[in-house]
Amino acid sequence: MTTDSSGNGPGNGKDNDILLTMRGLRIEGQADEEWQEIVHGIDLDLRRGEVLGLIGESGAGKSTIGLAAMGYARPGCRISGGEILFNGIDLMAASEEEKRQLRGVRISYVAQSAAASFNPAHKLIDQFSETPVQHGVKPRSEAESDAKVLFRKLQLPYPDTIGNRYPHQVSGGQLQRAMTAMAMACHPDLIVFDEPTTALDVTTQIEVLAAIKDVVREFNTAAIYITHDLAVVAQMADRIMVLRWGDLIEEGTARDLLANPQDPYTRDLLAVRTFAKDHNGDEKAKTPLLAVEGVTASYGNSVRVLHDVSVSIHHSRTVAVVGESGSGKSTLARAITGLLPPEAGRVLYEGEPLPNALEGRDKEQLRRIQMIYQMPDTALNPRQRIREIIGRPLSFYFGLTGAEKENRIKELLTKIELDPDDFIDRFPGELSGGQKQRICIARALAAEPDLIICDEVTSALDQLVAEEILKLLQSLQDDVGVSYLFITHDLATVRAIADEIIVMLQGKVVEQGPKDEVLHPPHHEYTELLLSSVPEMDPDWLDGVLEKRRAANQ
Amino acid sequence: MAQLLTMVVQRLALGLLTLFVVSLIIFLGVELLPGDLAEAILGQAATPDTVAAFRKELKLDLPPHERYFDWLFGILQGDLGRSLANKREISELMGARLGNTLFLAALAAVIAVPLAVFLGILAALYRNSIFDRAINIVTLTSISFPEFFIAYILILFLAVNAGWFPSIANVSGELPFWERVYRCILPALTLTLVCVAHMMRMTRAAIINLLASPYIEMANLKGLKRARIIMRHALPNALAPIINVVVINLAYLVVGVVIVEVVFVYPGMGQLLVDSVSKRDIPVVQSSSLFFAVAYILLNLFADLMAIVTNPRLLHPR
Repeated sequence: MTTDSSGNGPGNGKDNDILLTMRGLRIEGQADEEWQEIVHGIDLDLRRGEVLGLIGESGAGKSTIGLAAMGYARPGCRISGGEILFNGIDLMAASEEEKRQLRGVRISYVAQSAAASFNPAHKLIDQFSETPVQHGVKPRSEAESDAKVLFRKLQLPYPDTIGNRYPHQVSGGQLQRAMTAMAMACHPDLIVFDEPTTALDVTTQIEVLAAIKDVVREFNTAAIYITHDLAVVAQMADRIMVLRWGDLIEEGTARDLLANPQDPYTRDLLAVRTFAKDHNGDEKAKTPLLAVEGVTASYGNSVRVLHDVSVSIHHSRTVAVVGESGSGKSTLARAITGLLPPEAGRVLYEGEPLPNALEGRDKEQLRRIQMIYQMPDTALNPRQRIREIIGRPLSFYFGLTGAEKENRIKELLTKIELDPDDFIDRFPGELSGGQKQRICIARALAAEPDLIICDEVTSALDQLVAEEILKLLQSLQDDVGVSYLFITHDLATVRAIADEIIVMLQGKVVEQGPKDEVLHPPHHEYTELLLSSVPEMDPDWLDGVLEKRRAANQ
Repeated sequence: MAQLLTMVVQRLALGLLTLFVVSLIIFLGVELLPGDLAEAILGQAATPDTVAAFRKELKLDLPPHERYFDWLFGILQGDLGRSLANKREISELMGARLGNTLFLAALAAVIAVPLAVFLGILAALYRNSIFDRAINIVTLTSISFPEFFIAYILILFLAVNAGWFPSIANVSGELPFWERVYRCILPALTLTLVCVAHMMRMTRAAIINLLASPYIEMANLKGLKRARIIMRHALPNALAPIINVVVINLAYLVVGVVIVEVVFVYPGMGQLLVDSVSKRDIPVVQSSSLFFAVAYILLNLFADLMAIVTNPRLLHPR
């Protein structure tokens, strides 16, 4: 295997094929002034040009291990033991200055959120050129022409001039590709990709995945690809390591591991997307519970976000709204709740028009529509106990007090499968992400609503946890007959929970109907794009889709 | 750019409105002061007749609203009026002192701002080190003492004991530049000590706040040097809050120097204001106060402008 930088390595004579070795890697994190081990002795080998996938849920230690490959520990973490050899250089023994000289040149990093990881104060080209110029690898002019070549290879629009833009002037998917270009600026031996597509829409994700795969292949760069999404890693990696709580669960070539998982945890991860609801609620017959008729809405006077949107939701049914970011999904929720009064159109509740603005609605109207948000962290007041959080709607809507209120809170906690006596006096900070989201659900249920609007409620959660939340929502629906308007960009979630699907694009509804109709051909062109962009476990899926699309374009 | 210009025009118009309100408040405030110039000059022994005649001569017998509009229209035509105490043109009276005040403020700013920003950056770089703590303790101590105390301490050590600098900042128009600087050093140092802590801590906080952001981690992982990370990646994004606190302190240097000027017998606006209030020289008080208001408004406009200019999101919209 040849690379344009082989021969520099001091490892000549030894096994020249191995680029990175970790032995018994231990990393500690600081919590409450105490060091706790978060990675417990990981062994890892990476050959030149090989792509290794690290997969696991949050807290598995994936990013921490990825960064350790650069000899870097985040503030509040430290590498406490083991051995890291990169290209024959002992990173544990190397001085800060030696490591600094490796970073950016021989090993580089692509972060999860390009929008946050590009400095907002400087143009893309300046940030691209910075690494080669500061490390003295090549002069500025050469770096700039390199940038144009890489931008073109990564299929960025206007590759010759896009570098002159500031990060905020470029879309998320483009920024992620620009960051990959930046990581390639010095043609490193190894790139650490830390969830590079997690923040992107599926239709953008597929482009970025294809671009990354191409460049990594072309330059024969080794990569560590970190993700929580097995289907994504299946497309990218030659080999996969499954991690959980800082331990290695299972390791193998991508194909073997996917075809024949050994560990129950890996099987769980693979099985995640199998949940599907079996009942369909009431058939469409009577007046819908909620009908949105021809709603048009905009922020300020400038940007129109919803164009003539009509939607109806029946009793005990789940209507999923899907679309990319910016398609107006959340704005639809804001229009229904009255947070953003529509300019035109109306919202009917059981046939009766609701006042457009929140201020015009009475308590009873407010009670019947509740919301659950994407980020349970920010939706819960960190200084209130669970008792207060769930108790508030009880006293506000029903005037409950004392023992009556207490009993009802406990009843609700039981419903969301949390032990009432254990949880009632906790603060949100003492709960896990999934538990917090359960509290949000309980708070919405406390109002005994007919409709709950769920705005991306599972997208901040790990897959297994998200699955549990979906099951909970479904059993609550079976139990109390509540309807859901389920806003999501994740089609797997939609498949699992929806009765009806609404596909939105640029503020318009492009397709709507029962789940089976929408998910089966013939589709609207955009629905087709959306559906075909969802990664599948098959390692050949990405190449197959790209092949098909290329063929279709010709 | 057009957007920037509109903003400046809007803010200037708003500034004029603010000035009008301020002029009203100043006038009403001054009206509330007990006694007037006639009583102050003629003293307790004066007969009511003499006081009345003197008032008539000074037009103090006119109703307040007439005096207010007289004054306002005068200003609109560029005429600040005359001092009641010595009959000199107020513009002439303020002219030299204004220059002195601005000179002292500028001198203090030239020392304090770079020092504060520099110390703030160092403190952020070596966060929680001995150096960081030492700087914090020293600056917080100096801000905690009253200004006059610091002024007298400086006089005691640097003027009386060491004899390096004059204890009285006696300046007049004809002094050569460096001589002027020399004489103003002690008041400038006092002002510096008073305002460095605020700016330095804000700089430190703004930069430390940014050091946790993903793009700083990215800069680290690009293998950049620490100094470059701070200067090129952190500082530009911290400018807006730093500029804001710098401007607040600049305003203080222009407007809040009364005590320091009195201690060092420095012929600036603060002295003029104090003298005029004790003499009940109302037109001078009003004009000085109005000038302070103008200084505040312009400096804040400047801060807002700089916040836009240093933020590419605002300067280069999508």
